[in-house]
Amino acid sequence: MIVAFGWNELLFIITSAGWTLLLTAIAFISGGLAGGIFALVRLSRLKILRRIAAVYIAVIQSIPVLMVLFLSYFGLYAAGLELPPLIAASLSLGIYVSAYLAEIWRGSIEAVPFQQWEASESLAMTRGQQYRYVILPQAARISLPPTVGFLVQLVKNTSIVSVVGFIDLTRAGQLVNNATFDPFPVFGAVAAIYFLICFPLSRLSRRFERILNVGRIH
Amino acid sequence: MSVVSIEDVHKSFGALEVLKGVSLSVERGQVVAIIGRSGSGKSTLLRCVNGLEPFQSGRIEVAGHVVDQDPERLRMLRKDVGIVFQSYNLFPHLTVGKNIMLSPRVTQKVSAAEALERAKEVLAQVGLLEKFDAYPDALSGGQQQRVAIARSLAMQPQVMLFDEVTSALDPELTGEVLLVMEQLARKGMTMMLVTHEMNFARGVANETVFMHEGKVWEHGPSAKLFSSPETAELRNFIKVNIK
Repeated sequence: MIVAFGWNELLFIITSAGWTLLLTAIAFISGGLAGGIFALVRLSRLKILRRIAAVYIAVIQSIPVLMVLFLSYFGLYAAGLELPPLIAASLSLGIYVSAYLAEIWRGSIEAVPFQQWEASESLAMTRGQQYRYVILPQAARISLPPTVGFLVQLVKNTSIVSVVGFIDLTRAGQLVNNATFDPFPVFGAVAAIYFLICFPLSRLSRRFERILNVGRIH
Repeated sequence: MSVVSIEDVHKSFGALEVLKGVSLSVERGQVVAIIGRSGSGKSTLLRCVNGLEPFQSGRIEVAGHVVDQDPERLRMLRKDVGIVFQSYNLFPHLTVGKNIMLSPRVTQKVSAAEALERAKEVLAQVGLLEKFDAYPDALSGGQQQRVAIARSLAMQPQVMLFDEVTSALDPELTGEVLLVMEQLARKGMTMMLVTHEMNFARGVANETVFMHEGKVWEHGPSAKLFSSPETAELRNFIKVNIK
């Protein structure tokens, strides 16, 4: 039975955008926590720790996030562990996010001039104190534009979770289209919602970049 | 009693030996200027004194601390030895006041009230009390360098090291920094300074060390060293650097 693309269908799509946002938030926060740790481990003074982090980042960045998703959903299912789609999706995206943010943030930390390390070291600070009071506050500002830029990518990339049956914005569009056979308005609406989420974020990222280029970093 | 003692220090960067057996001692309250051509090892020597550069052999002891690369010992050392760099290296995300109060607060655990008091005292000493709430990028180079000196002083060090602190400054800003350093010397601070300011070395430093090719080439009371240099290298250096 074919239904028309009406208010109810549009409402369904809009509600599903909430799941996309939730998934983005979970993946960003969990991936951000792990990524922050990996960034610091990547800069550890112990070579073995640096290696482990580098390998993790290289592996995750070199495989499609879709494969991570398949592994955690279908792979673990076959191994006897059935994860609900939300958990499998959050886990996979979180892993993906952690590898990218680790690299973005490592670069931001390394972009802080080494003289800042020398000055704080000469003031008798421990490495932890140097990070906390001197290096990370400056690295955080440097990292803002690329981090927000990556967040925009993440919002769009969450659409891959539709393949494991999680009803996000993209999946909702597919379902509505299956019922209405009216792809242009349906996917047009889906695209418009992605745009409404991502465009302000992109603008924010651009603004951070401009502010930073002016050179004022306090 | 010497507060800095350097004994036969050798230091190489890879195959390049930059310090070839340097010995030097500094008494409490003394001001020692280190002069020499670029590449003579003078900055490296200064950086060895507070452990920023590890060295291969020899011994350095400063204010009772043996200098090696043990992190805990280095921290103890640096509470007693301040250093000021050519490029100021203020923390750009913190106000002048916070730049100064940060380390006393976190490394010496002084109270907020005492840190504030110390900050105001050292800022007054360098003549910048009114800049307490300014950010570093709102200051001139000379002002930034004076804040950097104040930041080191707030740690109440026994020895202060100055690594070409006026080299990045315009000539008209150099004077204000040298004046602060001269006042500090008058107050009895033990100071080691690497400098290209020959007049300052001659006029303010009790002793001057001329380094050449990784060695202490000539060393003595500043007045004597500049008026009657013994080696051809120093004579030549003075001729080129003093107009």
